[in-house]
Amino acid sequence: MAAMRRLIWPLLILAALLLVNVAFIPGFLSVEVREGHLYGSLIDILRFGAPLILVSLGMTLVIATGGIDLSVGSVVAISGALACLQLSQDQGVFTAIVLALGLSTLLGAWNGFLVAGIGIQPIIATLILMVAGRGLAQLITDGQIITVNDPAYKLIGGGYWLTVPFGVLVVLAVLAITAFLTRRLALGLLIESVGGNAEASRLAGIRARGIIVMVYAFAALCAGVAGLMISSNVSSADGNNAGLWIELDAILAVVIGGTSLAGGRFSLGGTVLGALIIQTLTTTIYSVGVPPETTLLFKALVVAAVCLVQSPAFREKVFHRRRRPSSARPAEEKVRVTA
Amino acid sequence: MAMATPAPVLRMSGIGKQFPGVRALDGVDLRLLPGEVHALMGENGAGKSTLIKVLTGVHQADEGAIELAGRSVAFGSPLEARQAGISTVYQEVNLCTNLSVAENILIGREPRRWGRIDWKRMRARARELLARLELDLDVSAPLSAYSLAIQQMVAIARALDVEARVLILDEPTSSLDADEVGQLFRVMRRLKDDGIAILFVSHFLDQVYEISDRMTILRNGRLVGEYPTRELSQVDLVAKMIGQELAALDRLHGEAAAFDRPLVEARELGRAGAIEPFTLTIHEGEVVGLAGLLGSGRTEVARLLFGADHAGGGRVAVGGAPASLRTPRAAMGHGIAFCSENRKADGLIPDLTVRENIILALQATRGWTRPVPREQQDELVERYVKALRISPPNPEHLVRDLSGGNQQKVLLARWLILEPRLLILDEPTRGIDVGAKTEIQRLVAELSGGGMAVLFISAELEEVLRLSHKVAVLRDRRLVAELPNGPELTTDVLMETIASGGRT
Amino acid sequence: MTTLSLGGGRAVPARYVPVLVTGCLFVAMFVVGGIRYEGFASGQVVLNVFIDNAFLLVVAVGMTFVILTGGIDLSVGSVVALSTMISASLMAGPGWPPYVVVPLVLLVGSGLGLLMGWLVHAFDIQPFIVTLAGMFLARGLCYTIGTESIPIEDATFTAFAQTRIDLFADLWISPSVVIAAVVVLAAAYVLHYTRLGRAVYATGGSEQSALLMGLPVGRTKVAVYTISGFCSALGGVLLSFYMLSGYGLHAVGMELDAIAAVVIGGTLLTGGTGFLFGTVLGVLVLGLIQTILSFEGTLSSWWTKIFIGLLLFAFILLQRLFSARRRP
Repeated sequence: MAAMRRLIWPLLILAALLLVNVAFIPGFLSVEVREGHLYGSLIDILRFGAPLILVSLGMTLVIATGGIDLSVGSVVAISGALACLQLSQDQGVFTAIVLALGLSTLLGAWNGFLVAGIGIQPIIATLILMVAGRGLAQLITDGQIITVNDPAYKLIGGGYWLTVPFGVLVVLAVLAITAFLTRRLALGLLIESVGGNAEASRLAGIRARGIIVMVYAFAALCAGVAGLMISSNVSSADGNNAGLWIELDAILAVVIGGTSLAGGRFSLGGTVLGALIIQTLTTTIYSVGVPPETTLLFKALVVAAVCLVQSPAFREKVFHRRRRPSSARPAEEKVRVTA
Repeated sequence: MAMATPAPVLRMSGIGKQFPGVRALDGVDLRLLPGEVHALMGENGAGKSTLIKVLTGVHQADEGAIELAGRSVAFGSPLEARQAGISTVYQEVNLCTNLSVAENILIGREPRRWGRIDWKRMRARARELLARLELDLDVSAPLSAYSLAIQQMVAIARALDVEARVLILDEPTSSLDADEVGQLFRVMRRLKDDGIAILFVSHFLDQVYEISDRMTILRNGRLVGEYPTRELSQVDLVAKMIGQELAALDRLHGEAAAFDRPLVEARELGRAGAIEPFTLTIHEGEVVGLAGLLGSGRTEVARLLFGADHAGGGRVAVGGAPASLRTPRAAMGHGIAFCSENRKADGLIPDLTVRENIILALQATRGWTRPVPREQQDELVERYVKALRISPPNPEHLVRDLSGGNQQKVLLARWLILEPRLLILDEPTRGIDVGAKTEIQRLVAELSGGGMAVLFISAELEEVLRLSHKVAVLRDRRLVAELPNGPELTTDVLMETIASGGRT
Repeated sequence: MTTLSLGGGRAVPARYVPVLVTGCLFVAMFVVGGIRYEGFASGQVVLNVFIDNAFLLVVAVGMTFVILTGGIDLSVGSVVALSTMISASLMAGPGWPPYVVVPLVLLVGSGLGLLMGWLVHAFDIQPFIVTLAGMFLARGLCYTIGTESIPIEDATFTAFAQTRIDLFADLWISPSVVIAAVVVLAAAYVLHYTRLGRAVYATGGSEQSALLMGLPVGRTKVAVYTISGFCSALGGVLLSFYMLSGYGLHAVGMELDAIAAVVIGGTLLTGGTGFLFGTVLGVLVLGLIQTILSFEGTLSSWWTKIFIGLLLFAFILLQRLFSARRRP
């Protein structure tokens, strides 16, 4: 129940955004089956939001260990580029996907090695791949945009399966696997423990290094899948622009979802909500008729608002008088909600 | 103290401070005379740090008055207090180690010429101030190039630059070795001669008796009294701090029983800069006490045996077979558990619940792929919450919200569910209330009765004597003696051993 | 447990090592370039690096301030773009004169920085997130002004852009280089000789300690973001001289270049250690990589990014080894 309380803010924001859409677009909430495919604005939000949700899920685990991964955008580009390169050289779809995801995972493990093995600050360690990765993606595509035309590959990002967009199914599968690993198995506890207090975790016998490497590898794998999805959707790979700034959106989604950048407790549900909020925001801006150029403006406002609401200092300043008399302990501790 | 006492430079009277739910200070008086070292004594939670915070402007008192040199003052911030001549040096050196020594002394008050920092004059001034402390340092070297003791002196030099009338030293000696303490005391005496009033907080009774002229004792936020140091015996002091006559504590173990099944044998185990190579055997069911002053290498011994630090040399055998204790995990594999001294930094995960904290080590040994089934978790946690009387008895409570004693019990529970063969307890009773302390002591006795070996580290010699079958004495990062416990082993003997370094 | 290191000073120039390494790297690259390519080993090549990267240099100076306090500013690229956009649109549309537009742009940039600094300080929000919001905001404002590139045709601007300041022996620089040099010198003075500068280092060394030493940590933090905002705006003005246009897609990713330059220049990203001169060297190294690639001809532009990434890796590793060695 406490976990639900933490999700109340993101839920409210999402609901508000959806309401705005309902007011502006007739039939916004209607979902229908056309030509064997599910159609509707809500489905579109899910479909276009799928890559972001994937990247954000991986990012959630990284942030929960107290880290951050700036390189996911570059990994998105690399994965798409490699897959399309393979396809354009008449390799099978399966080979292409396995190679792309394999490389992504390897790059993630590299990040993890820098963080856990060498002890470089995560923001800096992943900055390296963020910068170099773009170059690598362009190297793979030789600076060109590789166009592919493979119906099987097209399925990943643009296709449907049992009337549902395939990308949404992939997201559901990854979400289910992540939830299983972290909540049914003990990975989540160990991640939260490492993020909450790394030294104490080591002294409790947790192999923090292994977990950190695994988490970065997982984040990159998620980014790799998202990269396949994005390139499949547009049937081409663009080393320069694919996944550009998606790391920032993903971090934003995680923060909106209530996971602290300091590490520790994380919420997969919150992250999914956060990613959906970002995607819905984009949709809303279109539907309200605000010029799409201002999307970033709105995003800036949302970031600012969310961060302010989550900042203990802000809460204390704004809700100062209301909080003081009732609180039995300093306000700073009070705002931490039990999870 | 027969001569007429000079007028106090600082007089705090009737100070009261209320925190939500806690009365931290209640009618506390404190007088500091010019040119004295005044010890502020009290157990953890007595109100020492709150009083200091009120004095230095970090907190504002709810009641009472502060007079500095006869004038009534009220400080809104540490800065105001400093400007009025009250300077503080904290336990952790609060300086910027990336800056030069000179800057650390003078930053914020750099000598300037037309707005431009005059580096030459700054270095000269810094050298001057250090000379007052009989220190000759390269003032343009970064502070990080110097040892903690020197950094502490630099902090004092900084405190002295403003015309300090009152200097507060809050546990300045806890990370210093004996020579460094000596150096600090020389400096303190010098400052005292200059007429500065020094408020000295320390947990080391010997140091208090060595340096202080008078002392003020607090207990539970109230004033117990103000005494000239030489007129109060150590036993009386402890009694006043604890608030009860020291009942002759029963030894929980009678005599050193015969232990013949060695569990952990360390041979010439050591680590450069931390602990000289030592040899120690711990038998099954034996409680081995580690006695020594803070910084004597007690924790270092524990960390080596648990694999928290890598040993530089030496061998360890567990159960007769050679063992490699390179990581905590490896040590846990040999049935060794370690409750660290610093609960907050090295023990608990504050954001996790009591249940999660308790099962953490068990889960770690199983790896993430084999979760402890929830029913088993609940059953284990409930058993230990009950057995250790953890309060509140709600396993889903966040550990950060628990009191120190209960946090300690949570940490203990984490290791007990592993049913270790050797339990290393580093200061398990520090900073917790008397009731919880006795419970933990009883538990140790019970566990060893059940065959578990315990390595028990405590700053309190009585406690060590009360629990241990055998006491290993450390001094200056060396294991100097191993004494079987018995009626003839008293705290006095232990203290003598520590003082003489075992060379009797 | 604290291990006491031996008292007494260590060999002093330890903190200069990273800068020295960068300096050597620059010289080595220059020498290798000179051997490999004809016409490379000339003073003008170095000056061209300055000319082509004057705006980056100015931006990196601001970034150095922020990173020295242990913060980070992701908004610089966007503020640069916003500055070009405001300049171009105000001169093209209402035809405002440059001497009104440029101060206004600098004011807007500083104001944005001030706002971000205030958010970081007052509400204790991570700089990463605050400046991320600032990045979105500034880019968003660009697109709100216009999505197309706006050419700058103002006579003063174009004249300024085409001015060549001749030095001796056929060497020349642009006025932007002079401005950048003035900024670097002023910033170096501030960092070394003013209380603000020393407070920047202290805050980056240990914020907690700086507070307890009575330093105005909050004001310092607000100040560095304001400085960074100002430098970004000025960098934007220099970029509009260089490009003679305002465009919302100018300077995409420049924050990365600026951060890379600062890191390669030997400033620790954790704050407290580093020199402005290192940043200058960092910008020069980045610029020289591009020059070498252009001389090479066959290597494509993306190698720049890969090289920068590798350099970053090497320098971060160096810093890591360095700080690991310093801690006892």
